[in-house]
Amino acid sequence: MSLAAPATVTLHVLLFARYAELLGQDTLTVTLPAPATVGDLIARVRAEPGGTGLPARVLAAVNLVQASDATPLAEADEVALLPPLAGG
Amino acid sequence: MKWPSSRRSRAAEPVSNPVARLVLGPIDAAALAAEVARPDRGGVVSFVGLVRDHHGGRTVIRLEYSAYAPMAEAELARIVSEAGERWPAIVAAEHRLGSLAIGDAAVAVVAAAAHRGDAFEACRHVIEQIKARVPIWKREYYADGSVAWVDPTAAAGAAPAAAGQGPSR
Repeated sequence: MSLAAPATVTLHVLLFARYAELLGQDTLTVTLPAPATVGDLIARVRAEPGGTGLPARVLAAVNLVQASDATPLAEADEVALLPPLAGG
Repeated sequence: MKWPSSRRSRAAEPVSNPVARLVLGPIDAAALAAEVARPDRGGVVSFVGLVRDHHGGRTVIRLEYSAYAPMAEAELARIVSEAGERWPAIVAAEHRLGSLAIGDAAVAVVAAAAHRGDAFEACRHVIEQIKARVPIWKREYYADGSVAWVDPTAAAGAAPAAAGQGPSR
């Protein structure tokens, strides 16, 4: 093995509520070329069956904290895609 | 949304263990208020959100709340702690998950402070932040047999295909 950074990152993706219905599952494992961002991950999920139903803007959280499209992703991060929040 | 910042810089005491819970059973707001009551806190404000029987002109018969539980609990705790730093008040909050009937308490926020102003402001702030930040979703079941995920960001906050307008919350 070389000392170079890994060429890919593998993410645990969680889908909730309407998004889980659209994709027909509530978890996905996604491997992306490194470096990868939340925006890259969302683009990949859109390419999954049912993924075209996702809205133009998707709220995401990385390891339990809200993230932006530019948030970088590291190996084994937990990325949750959050439909419009409706608590309260 | 901006709320006036506290005139005082510190909470009455550090909130080391914020009371911020997701619960599966009924919410007891009086019991929650009792958890933050203390002899030097002369003002206690409670907000209880109940399941409403209508949305967007349609009759709602029940609903289901689901959550990204680890984040929802963490976010609830952050919100409660932030309020305790911003106001000289102590706040506790519970949100129920699962299947709820009309009139059931879905969320409760209680704020206790030496005086009513801080208690009102802290309570209002926390319920607004819960709505804006906590990853919880609501599925409404209507009298006509249809079902929909509630999207407060949709136009007028209405249920999909809703005909009526009406206040959204």
